[in-house]
Amino acid sequence: MTDRPDDLVPTDEPMPVHFRRLHPLTPLLRGWVWLVAAVAFGGQDAIREGEVVRLAIIAPVVAVVGFVAGLASWWFTRYGIDGGDLRIESGIVFRRSRRVRLDRLQAVDVVRPLAGRILGVSELRLEVAGGGSTEAPLAYLSADDALALRAELLARAAGIDAATPEAPERPILSVPFDHLVVSTLLSGTFVVGALLIVAMGVAAALLGPQEMAIGVLPLMLPGLIAVVGALYQQVVRNFGFTIAESPDGLRIRKGLLDTTAQTVPPGRVQGVAIHQPLLWRSRDWVQVKVDVAGYAGSPGGEVSTSILLPVGSPAAAIDLVGRALPGAEPLTVPLSPAPRAAMWFAPIAWRRLAVGVDGRVVVVREGLLHRALTVVPHAKTQSVRLHQGPLQRRLGLATAHVDTTPGPVDAVVRHRPALEAREFVLAQADRSRAARRADTPERWMLPSAARPDLTDAPVAPVSIARPGHVTEHAGQVDADSLDEPAEVPQPSRTEQLGRLPGPDEP
Amino acid sequence: MDAVFAPPGEHWQRVSPRLATVRRISLSVACGVPLLLVVVLAVLSGWTWAWLLVLPFVVALVWGWVLIGRQVPAWGYAEREDDLLISHGLLFKSLVVVPYGRMQFVDVQAGPLERRYGLATVQLHTASPATDARIPGLPHAEAARLRDRLAALGEARAAGL
Repeated sequence: MTDRPDDLVPTDEPMPVHFRRLHPLTPLLRGWVWLVAAVAFGGQDAIREGEVVRLAIIAPVVAVVGFVAGLASWWFTRYGIDGGDLRIESGIVFRRSRRVRLDRLQAVDVVRPLAGRILGVSELRLEVAGGGSTEAPLAYLSADDALALRAELLARAAGIDAATPEAPERPILSVPFDHLVVSTLLSGTFVVGALLIVAMGVAAALLGPQEMAIGVLPLMLPGLIAVVGALYQQVVRNFGFTIAESPDGLRIRKGLLDTTAQTVPPGRVQGVAIHQPLLWRSRDWVQVKVDVAGYAGSPGGEVSTSILLPVGSPAAAIDLVGRALPGAEPLTVPLSPAPRAAMWFAPIAWRRLAVGVDGRVVVVREGLLHRALTVVPHAKTQSVRLHQGPLQRRLGLATAHVDTTPGPVDAVVRHRPALEAREFVLAQADRSRAARRADTPERWMLPSAARPDLTDAPVAPVSIARPGHVTEHAGQVDADSLDEPAEVPQPSRTEQLGRLPGPDEP
Repeated sequence: MDAVFAPPGEHWQRVSPRLATVRRISLSVACGVPLLLVVVLAVLSGWTWAWLLVLPFVVALVWGWVLIGRQVPAWGYAEREDDLLISHGLLFKSLVVVPYGRMQFVDVQAGPLERRYGLATVQLHTASPATDARIPGLPHAEAARLRDRLAALGEARAAGL
């Protein structure tokens, strides 16, 4: 991609004076991990060999060493905005200088672990595509600094003045606590885990105490793990789940012990999947997952970060999909069912297999017991594939894949008539090309931004040179040079644009 | 070539037939070495049934040899105005369409055996790891041309994520 020499030569650049350090409590917060490790490993030995005194000496030493290392790392880590990018300088022996192009920002999360909440500090995670993990975590900042920096990063990423205060937001929905609990009780993982525990309990009652201790209790463990895991994932992690809409995109807040505040700017959602586990049907509930580039590799994985709606009504889900993918109306897309021949591959579920295409999205329906509806915008299609196995060839079928960035959303169009699938694949490539031209630009606040979700909001009268007449910045080689350059000079500070008011007027 | 996996335009550009040679050499090494071991074992042990162990390797060798001969001509690619198409496979056929604007980077790789035969593999990467856009068995000059052309087109047609 872009060959910027500064990515490769870390240390020669002078550090700008305005660069800041992380919060001074950082080494302490990171150092306690060392202490825990020392106690955990040393403690085993100590108990086994009865040498508690040694542990009492070693553990503090390790903790002090860890603290000093943390202190040094803290001292040498600085961050700041440099030339429109976020730059993070870190490392003692191996210096590292990282630049994050803010127009390429995919999401900003403010995470507050339990200890951080007690001490009043937050971690800021910047998600960029193509990283194996969260590439630019800033841990830790004071809670206020984190919010201020998030506002600044989002403003810069949007392409407006950096001093713009945080945009207003309008709450869309919050998930009640009892929904979280009941939905967990009705989830497959929980039910299977609970059944396992009950089965083992019955077995224990029949077998008597001695066999129970040897054979049954260890077998209960997987069940317990499943049950506790399901509860933790849905009830603790998604506790107090609220989602709000702002000109900066969707904002998600959640968490009982560790709290997370995610911000996904407009145009960053790569695909959406609506799921309905079997037992949720009784309550008419669904879950919504999204693909956001960078989330798949974030700590805690896509499981925790990629949830747009942990549990809710189909109407709420469709409303959210429409906000995440502006203009998408998955329910109005006419679906065409799979041919009868597909029953050789999915004897019962073939009746549910269907695909539909409209001007903006591909919709894939599948799953008989666990229902799923996958929505991928044409503009986010990375590539399209057509596959055919020997049995499919006999039956005149083929399967098409619409590839998106890594995440829980995979649009697989299974078992279509072969020639139709081929047409779909070739047409999808054309559709994706056409749609990309009209897609939300990376700097979503710039005047060229297509913001269908905010068309009702009054647009601040700003005069900025039309994008078409602006020559591209040098170095920004991967701007969309065909139609509308994504890179347009930032409005100067005198042209204070101010954040557009959100759509929260009645 | 059936209509489902037919080229979009006039015809597929094919990969070098030398790819078959390269693959057969690696196949021979992969099957031949254990085959020799089994033969030596059978001779030393003098146990007649041990010769049965030879069978799977012989079958694999013959089967692979024939399959490679048919698979290599099945690779094809086509550079269209806005996207690259790659098709391969006999039993499990596949066709990949990668719009140039979605390309993140291009790899050119060549192992020792491939280099010996003047071949290289070009692979396109998009933001999706599922994109399976690999063209093996390209002569060096063609690989370099394709890489440069793809890189240039990718830059010209580039879009955000």
